Amino acid sequence: MAIKEPERIWWKPYTRDERLWVAMALLWMMASFVFMPVYHFIGAQNPPSETYRVRDKEKFRALVDGMVNKYKVGEEKGIPIVKPEPGSDVFVQASMWQWYPILQLEKAKTYRIHLASMDVTHGFSIQPINMNFMALPDYDYVVTLTPTTSGDYYIVCNEFCGLGHHLMVGKMIIK
Amino acid sequence: MAEEKKTEEEKEPVPAWQLFYDDIMLLFFLGVAIPTLIYTVWGLMEIVQIPELPVFKP
Amino acid sequence: MDYRICSFTGLKIHKTAEDLIKWNVVTAILFLALGGFMALLVALTRWPSVHYLGPANYYRFLTLHGFDALLLWILFFEVALVHFTSAVLLNTRVVAPFSAWIAYALMLVGAVFVNIVTFAGKADVLFTSYVPLKANGVYYLGVIIFAVGALTAFGNFFANIIQARRDKAYKHTLPLGTYGLAAASIIGVVTLAHGAVIMIPVFFWSIDLIKYIDPATYRLIFWGLGHSSQQINVCAMVAMWYMAAAFVLGAKPVNEKLSRTAFVLYILFINVASEHHLLVDPVLSNWHKIVNTGYMMHLAVLASMIHAFAIPASMEVALRNKGYTKGLFDWLKNAPWGNPAFSATFLSIIGFGFLGGITGVIFGTEQFNIIRHNTFAITGHFHGTVVSGTTTAFMGGTYLLIPYIFRRELVLPKLATIQPYLYAIGVAMFAISMMAAGSYGVPRRHWDITFSNAIFSFSFDPSIDIFLSMMGVGALLAVLGGVIFIIVSLGSIVFGKKTS
Repeated sequence: MAIKEPERIWWKPYTRDERLWVAMALLWMMASFVFMPVYHFIGAQNPPSETYRVRDKEKFRALVDGMVNKYKVGEEKGIPIVKPEPGSDVFVQASMWQWYPILQLEKAKTYRIHLASMDVTHGFSIQPINMNFMALPDYDYVVTLTPTTSGDYYIVCNEFCGLGHHLMVGKMIIK
Repeated sequence: MAEEKKTEEEKEPVPAWQLFYDDIMLLFFLGVAIPTLIYTVWGLMEIVQIPELPVFKP
Repeated sequence: MDYRICSFTGLKIHKTAEDLIKWNVVTAILFLALGGFMALLVALTRWPSVHYLGPANYYRFLTLHGFDALLLWILFFEVALVHFTSAVLLNTRVVAPFSAWIAYALMLVGAVFVNIVTFAGKADVLFTSYVPLKANGVYYLGVIIFAVGALTAFGNFFANIIQARRDKAYKHTLPLGTYGLAAASIIGVVTLAHGAVIMIPVFFWSIDLIKYIDPATYRLIFWGLGHSSQQINVCAMVAMWYMAAAFVLGAKPVNEKLSRTAFVLYILFINVASEHHLLVDPVLSNWHKIVNTGYMMHLAVLASMIHAFAIPASMEVALRNKGYTKGLFDWLKNAPWGNPAFSATFLSIIGFGFLGGITGVIFGTEQFNIIRHNTFAITGHFHGTVVSGTTTAFMGGTYLLIPYIFRRELVLPKLATIQPYLYAIGVAMFAISMMAAGSYGVPRRHWDITFSNAIFSFSFDPSIDIFLSMMGVGALLAVLGGVIFIIVSLGSIVFGKKTS
């Protein structure tokens, strides 16, 4: 019994049905084991791992401002719309409680999107397609992204970042 | 019959795996060491090795 | 030495162990009541047509809900199980009563600190308190004091079993229930050590003695605390399943080797599952993510699969031995469904496996995590594990401890009979609805998913309204089940007829 000490030697062979069950479970586990690394080679959508330390937040802010000055094509609700060149490095800054700037990207072109926070931890959640990445302070996360459908997308913050957390919505336009 | 069986059992050595499973202190050591090494220490090593933000062409 | 013999189980019960179990269980139930009340407020806020609390109160009560229901209720109950399995099951004594009481006192003081400071609005940082969000220093101090207390309590477990061996209370092998709590205690030490390593510097940072805490380091080590503490729950819950099957049905593990292998796999590998929180974080390499979530973690999933086989199998064998041998399912039909200790255990096994376990494996896959991270689906997943699994199992455990330890009969037995079903159905409903809403992108920990005051507002797929309303109804059912549990358990403890 589970509440009493077992007999002196309890190390006994598995029965047939135990073996069968463990074998089936093990097979399922193996399939999952193999899937994760293999998908990095055959899959189109994998978590990125390129990352840099941002020792000086002003340095990142300068990169954002430089991009805004160079590629600004418009403005919505006071936030600049930026249309960077395909293939280029694009910088997105998270802060309480704003995503800055608005990106205008081209369909089927690849961009390197740098995410960093200027204050606390934020969650970069692209809706309604529902893709989620973290934006940490003091770190730059490089998400290499190729939009496949056009339209307006919204960036919701999905990591609690203070009392205005639910007000933090940004925008991304794919043309 | 029961007595006979008991003496028979006492002679039989306890399997090594059973001894391992019963060794709570060894399991304690492994249980602390494994996650600390492959999760925490490895993770911390990666954190300190992250390169500084490079210079990007504007 | 002050012992008595339990008239139900024949166990020799040390008076100190009995007192410790009583105090820890009652404290656990009180915090469940508090955490459950917060749950009601929070769920009513996430129900769009009710939207009860304002934003500040929502985040505040969500912080408290996490702390009280996830940490306090569960850990106090686990400490009760620590004493139950290491002293009562082994028919021996609590070796160091003083340190056991100190552990209890520290946990209580830490718990009260955190509750007061959060209630006062000085710690709206949510359960995770990611730096550089800063709470009042008392919050971190409370967490540290609580963690030190819990660490001391797990230390008591090891002291008890070492002394029990010397006293010849057992020869070589711990009973399986105690073995499960040994796994829980080992994981508890890993967990609380991580907690101390990160929370002590954060405390000094909060009172401005340390200038800087690296946010990535905090996340890495915090989840060594935050997720691993859920692995303590898994081990304690599985041990509770085995014990409940033994107490209620007289079930015997079908194969000690199989069940113990599963616990050994938990001890060695389950802790690295902390990585699940960091899969779409910067900082860690893909290999760190793959090795920790894939290779090691799946060995722990294998362990859960083993328990999922071994426990129902042991129940089947026990019931067949009672004569329910007709056909394939006669034993299942004749199981004691009216006994809340049994039904809670059974529902916990189903809920944990299908709602919590499987979704955990899926969401914990790197690639799937991109489309689920920090959405409501994650909240659904861990309510499947922690509420539908652990909490339900511990409710069943309480129904056993009331006659064995408190020596009282259950008051309102009819209500007690339906309680686990009501609770399990409610929890299943809201966990499934949360997962459905999360799959459309609804974020967790969010006060206003209509974005009515945000500069850009957009709408999720309209079907989320149905899911979120279902969640609300499920939450009401679960709260009702929870209220009945609290009335029955506390009522029995205070007013129940004394058993001889």
